[in-house]
Order: sequence, then structure tokens, then C-alpha cells
Amino acid sequence: MPAIELRGVTKKWPGTVAVDTVSFTVEEGSFVVLLGPSGCGKSTTLRMIAGLEDVSEGTVLINDTDMTGATPAERRVSMVFQSYAIFPHLDVRENILFGLKVRKIPATEQSERLSRVADLVGLSDLLDRKPAQLSGGQRQRVALARAIIAENPICLMDEPLSNLDAKLRHEMRIELRALQRRLGMTVVYVTHDQTEAMSMADRVILMREGQIEQIGTPDELYDTPATTFTASFIGTPPMNLIALESGSGGGVVAGTKTTVVAGKLGQNRILGIRPEHITVTTTGKTAGRRKAAPKGVPAQVSSCDYLGADTIVEATCGEQSILVRVPGRCVLEEGERVGLSWSNEDVHVFDAETGQIVPDAEPLSVAA
Amino acid sequence: MTSARNIKNQVYGWLLLTPAAILLVTFTHYPAIATLAQSFFSTGTVTRPSKFIGLDNYRSMLEDEVFWQVLENNIWYAVGTIPISIAIALLMAVWVNEKLPLRGLVRMSYFTPTILPMIAVANIWLFFYTPEIGLLDQVGALFGAPSHNWLGDTDTVLGCIIAITIWKEAGFFMIFYLAALQTLPPELEEAAKLEGASRWTFFRRVTFPLLMPTTLFVLINAVINSFKLVDQLFILTKGGPDNASSLLLYYIYENAFSFFDQNYASTLTVVLLLALAVIAIGQFVILDKRIHYR
Repeated sequence: MPAIELRGVTKKWPGTVAVDTVSFTVEEGSFVVLLGPSGCGKSTTLRMIAGLEDVSEGTVLINDTDMTGATPAERRVSMVFQSYAIFPHLDVRENILFGLKVRKIPATEQSERLSRVADLVGLSDLLDRKPAQLSGGQRQRVALARAIIAENPICLMDEPLSNLDAKLRHEMRIELRALQRRLGMTVVYVTHDQTEAMSMADRVILMREGQIEQIGTPDELYDTPATTFTASFIGTPPMNLIALESGSGGGVVAGTKTTVVAGKLGQNRILGIRPEHITVTTTGKTAGRRKAAPKGVPAQVSSCDYLGADTIVEATCGEQSILVRVPGRCVLEEGERVGLSWSNEDVHVFDAETGQIVPDAEPLSVAA
Repeated sequence: MTSARNIKNQVYGWLLLTPAAILLVTFTHYPAIATLAQSFFSTGTVTRPSKFIGLDNYRSMLEDEVFWQVLENNIWYAVGTIPISIAIALLMAVWVNEKLPLRGLVRMSYFTPTILPMIAVANIWLFFYTPEIGLLDQVGALFGAPSHNWLGDTDTVLGCIIAITIWKEAGFFMIFYLAALQTLPPELEEAAKLEGASRWTFFRRVTFPLLMPTTLFVLINAVINSFKLVDQLFILTKGGPDNASSLLLYYIYENAFSFFDQNYASTLTVVLLLALAVIAIGQFVILDKRIHYR
């Protein structure tokens, strides 16, 4: 039984359609991430699940019950806000207990649940502090504790980590995921940060301009993007999207001659390949006086960006720039001629007009 | 070397302070001290010049029945205007902070009484209160109520003055509440909604406590105004009938400029200022600890 199901949910404001017939299900106990650039409707979708935003069209089901018109309280969901929405005049204890007090839970049960939750999120020593005396990470934990203590099976999170610094964000990511597993919560998590989506999600729902672009596990989205949008949104650096043109034997990278896709059609095709799947070949200087042209698709190094574990090499091929991830420190001179090669298994071919994948394309390997 | 520069700095600083200091001393500090000094002297006449009489003015004040009546009036005036005008201001602010049609118009109408001069307000309300032809009597006549001289009756006159002041002040205080309400992040209400808090619970546990700094500010203003705002008396009642609507400041004015007893007026002024100072300090000390400032 899905914990949450959206059927054709639409949100219209005068003049705009923020969310356009979105349908998906969230399985019980799973961690689902709504991912997309800002303004794609992911937060609005989450707020419609929470009941904070009216649904223009469609149905929202929670535990198989139609909740489209229900008040937020009737839906029995918790929510963590981007701004944390902590009550600034109440201390940590009162903030966490706010919901239980509203629902008039007996005092003994309140303190029992409080100590358990405070332990869980590591706030036991800070219960008497006011929010102003807490660091960003601690405030985040208060918001989290308030969501957990309600013991609702569903927790909605709207960019909860975006106000934290990079190191803390990384720690909280791991902690959040562990907590979700331990408590068996169903989490719907909104973010524009694909790293968060990749590292935490069971399933990712990628949204674009109010519509769902692709749904899948993080590795499905990474390995088999259905569109150029998915390809360019997921991965740092993202997948190279290289325009092709018709050559003598099939499709070639615009401005070069090596055939990279078999068949007649080269025009209107885009070749997608991840930076780590490309190999750079240089001309061995030891070979003699004359430099043999390097094998593969010819390109020219335009910059090297050393990141520690690897180097991102930017090479110009024809008029397009291609990023290549090379392990370790790569010593290539600017302007050096190199050959790019790859295996056909790692290549995706998209239609340039629709951005959709072309499933029957026959990409070729480029040998080094 | 350093001391020379230090002196130069001091001179420079004092020179910068001088223009403001001259104005303050001339119009605030000197009159305040002069008033205090005057309250220890008798009122001089042509035959008997003014002389130092110590606390005699204060003694006669305590024996002055009119003073006690005016003080009592003023306390009722304060008790009548402060809580009601603050409550109405808060109610109006919460109301016009919501999304509602013609919100701008409603906000403006609530604020209009504030921008009118008190003299004009008093004239408007004079038309309401006038016996026989006033609005109150006209409406009352529809239901067969007998005509009533609202401002001529010692039982109703203070109530009438209180109503005017509330009408005038509530809109002014509303602006402060409205400004404070708009700084509250909307997520707080959403978070409370998800927990199932009713609007009243949310108001009581979140909105009202977060508005406390504004309430303190408004409260101090309201208290000061309840001793300060007497313009309407000049138009409506002149403190009558039988001093039933006279307030402390109006009584001070009467003593100083109608009875030409400057020294007794000074005595009353000192008492009024002391009372206001004590109230203001009390409000700060008692309320400040309970207020959450962001």
C-alpha cells in the first residue's frame, strides 16, 4: 500500500500553472526526493501533500484515504521547513512539545516522548535554551525533533539542510537517512541539490516546469537518463551533451570526422556521455621525432581543474567543449592535442528537438 | 601630546553637541527645573510678592477636592481607554493582516481617525452627542428612546470622552501591531496548523507573545496619552459639568491660564510627571523580563 499517492495533481495560480498533472506514489517507509531547479513546483507539490496549499485539480491520497480537501492536521503528517519555523520565544523543550500540548497528550507521556526524541537527535543538554542561543545545526535538530515527536508515519521535508554549511550538511544527510531507516518513516524530501538526492533517496522524482521529468532510483537517473534535462541535471560535472552532424559513415561530432553513431541520421542528434567515461589519449613523445596524431576523436585541451582525487579536463572538440574526468593529477598543457575515446555502452543518444532518448540508436565505441 | 589631542577631541565633541544642547536646555531642561522650583513658591500678586513656602503648595493640593476628583476622573479615563483601545487595535490588525477583499481600503479607514486633529474629531463627535439633533439621539428616537444630554450629564460625560479617545487611538496602535504582524514568518502558522493548533491557540501561544514588544510600546504610549490627550475637552465640555469630565492636564491648564495660579499649576505638573515616570519605569521593569525580543 502506498503511503502517499498523487493522481493528476495540478496547482494553478492566476496566470501560471505551478504544478501540472503530477502523479506518483510513495511507498511506505521509503525516502523519496522531489528534485528540480528552483521554481519547478517541487515545494508546491510538497505543500499540497501537507495541505498548506489547495489542490486545483486531482487527488491526494494518504494511506489510501482521499485527503484532497482535508486540513493539515487531519492528514497526520509532520513537516520540517527550510526556515525551521521554530517559535523564537519558546525554549527547545516547549518547541518540541508544542504539538503534543496542542493535542493535550498527558504530561507523563509528553516527558517520556521528549526524552526519547531529544536523545535521538542529540538535544538532551539543550532543552532549556532559547532558539537564539542555538547554532544553525542545533535549530535544524529542534525542527527535526518536533517532526519526529508527533510520531506521524509520514514526514515532509522542504529543503531542510539548505541553511547549513557544507560540512554540517554532509553530516546531517547521513544522520537524517539513518534516522529515517531506524524509525521506518516515510519521507518526502524536497531539494534542488542533486547530491542530496543521490545520496539519500530510495527514489528520485525529478521535476521541471511543473511536470515530472523522470522517476527512478538514483542510479537509474544517473545511468539511464530519459532526457537531456535529466542528463544535465544529475552529476557533477553533468553529462556532456555533444551536438552531432551527419558524416560519411553516420553521425559525427560536429566539426570532426570520426563516426560515433551508426546509421544515416546524424543531424538532430545529441550524444550524451559522462565525463568519467571518456578516456584522454596523448601522443607519446617518446615515439620519435614526429608526433603521431592521438587516436580517437581529436580535441584540444583548454583547461585543467584539479580537484584532489581527480582532475576535470576541459577539451574543445570542433566548437564544443567536452569535460573529462581523469583520475589523480593530470598534467596536460593548455592547447595540447589529445584524442578522446569511449565505449559505446556508456553513450546515450538523444533527439535534439524533443530532448528525449533515442532508444534504437546505435552508438559506436571510439577506440583509443 | 596625547593629552593635547585629547583636549582637542573634547572641545570638538562639545562643539558638536552645542546646537542640540542649547535647544534642549532652553525648551526642556530649564522649564522642567523652573517648574519644579516654582512649585515651592507662592503665587505673587501686586501687593504680596512671591516667596518661598516650601511644600505648602503640595499640602493645599492634597486638600483640593477638585484635584482628587480630576485625578479620579483621569484614572477612570486611563482604565477605560487603554485596555479597550489596545484590544481593538490588536483585533483590527489581525483582521486586516488576513487576505480579504478591499484590504487597503479597510486599513485606510481604520487609520483615518489617527490623521485627524483631535479638535476636528471633537467637532465630529459633538454632532453625535448633541441632544435632540445628534446622531445618537436620532438613532435612539427610532427605537423610542428619550432624548439625552450626553455631554451635560455627569454620569455619561466621561464615558463619552473615553469613547472618542478609543475611536481616535485604536487605529494608531493598529499600525504598530500590523507592522509587527507582518514581520512574523508565515511558516510559524503553517507549522502550528500541521500540529492541529486552532487559530486561537496559535494566537495565544505564538502571535501574542511575539507581539509583546509592540504591546509594551503601545501600552506606554497609551498611558502617556491618557494623561496628555485633553484637546477634545476644549471643544466638548471644558471639563464640565461640575468637573465631571476634567482631566489632570486640563486642570493644570485651567490653573495656569484661567485662574493665573502658575505656582499651583507647577505643583500639579510635578506630580503628574512623577506619576508618569513611576508608571513608565514600572512597566519596563515588570514587563521587560517577560518579553521576548528578537
